Amino acid sequence: MQTRDVLAWRASVAGSGVMGEPAARGRFGEYGGRYVPESLAEACREVDEAFRGAWADPGFRGALTRLLAVHVGRPTPLTPAWRLSGELGVQLYLKREDLTHTGSHKINNALGQALLATRMGRRRLIAETGAGMHGVATATAAALLGLEATVFMGERDMERQSLNVFRMRLLGAEVVPVTSGSRTLKDATSEAMRHWVGTTDDSHYCVGSVVGPDPYPWMVREFQRVIGEEARVQCAAELVTGVPDHVVACVGGGSNAAGTFAGFVDTPARFVGVEAAGGAGASGGRLGVLHGFRSLFLQDDEGQIIEADSIAAGLDYPGVGPEHAHLRDLGRARYVTVTDDEVLGATARLARTEGILPALESAHALAWVIRAAGSGELPAGSTVLLTLSGRGDKDVSTLKELL
Amino acid sequence: MTNSLSNAALDQGSVERQLRARRDGGRRLLMPYVTGGITPDWTAYLRAFAAAGADAIEVGLPFSDPTLDGATIQEATDAALARGATTRQILADLAELPDLGIPLVASTYYNLVLHDGPEAFCAALRRAGVAGLIVPDLPLHEADELTGVAAAAGIELALLASPTTPEPRLAEIGRRSRGFVYAVSIMGTTGERADLAASATELTRRIKLGTDRPVLLGFGISTPEQAREAGRHADGVVVGAAVMRRVLDGAGPDDLRAFLATLRRALDQE
Ligand SMILES: Cc1ncc(COP(=O)(O)O)c(C=O)c1O
Repeated sequence: MQTRDVLAWRASVAGSGVMGEPAARGRFGEYGGRYVPESLAEACREVDEAFRGAWADPGFRGALTRLLAVHVGRPTPLTPAWRLSGELGVQLYLKREDLTHTGSHKINNALGQALLATRMGRRRLIAETGAGMHGVATATAAALLGLEATVFMGERDMERQSLNVFRMRLLGAEVVPVTSGSRTLKDATSEAMRHWVGTTDDSHYCVGSVVGPDPYPWMVREFQRVIGEEARVQCAAELVTGVPDHVVACVGGGSNAAGTFAGFVDTPARFVGVEAAGGAGASGGRLGVLHGFRSLFLQDDEGQIIEADSIAAGLDYPGVGPEHAHLRDLGRARYVTVTDDEVLGATARLARTEGILPALESAHALAWVIRAAGSGELPAGSTVLLTLSGRGDKDVSTLKELL
Repeated sequence: MTNSLSNAALDQGSVERQLRARRDGGRRLLMPYVTGGITPDWTAYLRAFAAAGADAIEVGLPFSDPTLDGATIQEATDAALARGATTRQILADLAELPDLGIPLVASTYYNLVLHDGPEAFCAALRRAGVAGLIVPDLPLHEADELTGVAAAAGIELALLASPTTPEPRLAEIGRRSRGFVYAVSIMGTTGERADLAASATELTRRIKLGTDRPVLLGFGISTPEQAREAGRHADGVVVGAAVMRRVLDGAGPDDLRAFLATLRRALDQE
């Protein structure tokens, strides 16, 4: 018996360049992989096989595209932020994922995976959620396709995002409070994985970002690619330069950023991923393995994972998707951080100048643009594409307390 | 693949030699687990385990995110970390322990192995007198980067097999595992359960078709009856959550010694 056969796992794939398919064994450079308990190895292989089949099947692609059009409202617009641009001295364009059905980019991925789950004959979706947007998106996709949904959410996040908890339950999902550890996204993810170990026969784990064991980082990026591809075409029509000078997105696990970057990877556009100062896996993490993948994680001197801490529950994750760690190493993207205060300022500013209330997560990207325009890091007249990953309705009670 | 990998006898380390010798002498093996650093004088539990007739001891190095552990071992892990337990201190405690006459097997998540690098980690285990290692989130297909390093340091890396592991992969696990094969009895996390899962019997049978390394069955074995039943199919059992629940409830080394003695008797009766 040849080892290669036993471990057959895209061994023949060389990796198709930057932001292509991952290399053999699910690698993006030295990151990625499939560090799962043996009990999940077969389940990951099945998801991989099913996704490859589906993604190569025009029938599946067509069905997903139609659902994204008639249910989600795609394509989302590209909005020139005229007044704010005038104030900042740069030309800022917003890719409006906040206008999707359910209010964030998470629905692109949740619907893709829900459709895949039906193709695999699964009857239930499992998800983790931080801000609740992925939970809401999963609950929505499940309702639409007649699946059950079980969503794991840290107790602390359930308090911070109680409206989304109510929304998920209204949509028919079961929301399970997670009381271990920091009671946020990291612990919800651990609990979802534990739960999946016991339910692989009938449940699909619908991971919410470009994290987790192979094939998830790749698959989720492919489902989010629609953001970047639409924006690419819209920029070509709208911008004098055709391609923006800078492409900016917030990074929790990194799915809205990865989907956006993927549309511009073959252009000279500079990529900037903006992390929360308290959850900066790409900017401040070191090599590690958690939740099935090898990447950069916030850790203490003993190798224990540090709890992230951000005003935006969706960015409260101590690691970053493996492809971002790789893009950072390559120098293809850079990762910066902004503070909670800058984020609150940016949120209010967008609301007042453009009439758009962004999610606190998305406001991270904006906060960096505001800072960089002020410091000259973004030269006057630069064109900037910013993915506005979600709308701020879920954050109104937090904002009410803090502003 | 090298020839030595297929010739099990040539590369048996001390864990495997000891377990095999006992098994071949007709003994069913008992490997209790303790979370390292759970109490200030936690190594007293190890002495109690040895006195109760353990054949090996699994020492958990607590990790902040134990994704394959159920509520009991999560709680034990949190308690140990809250007391300030670190890998370094746990290994220092073990180094001071007199030889118990049975092998010590460390278990932890891969992040802690990677932290100072696999070489440094394995060397530190060795210095502390640990001879075996279990890394539940390092499955067969990712084990390459640790197997060679561990072997070079004299650490036997035991691989886990699960009820859903398909056939050719299972045989490969049997071939590449060192010390013993850790059979995960059910599709679930660690934790006590009312019955021994049917999947346990079937998995042990399948593993044994491909290897004659000792097969230890773990996850959910908590009573003498379950141990006896498990001993009919596997070469022995791993008992973790049932031990740690007692420790968390305040049981001291003598209580654990009495509890493990009941499991020992059950295994010996078979
Ligand atoms: C609106 C919004 N943006 C961004 C994120 C962060 O996720 P990612 O980095 O995967 O895009 C979240 C996560 O909950 C979110 O709700």
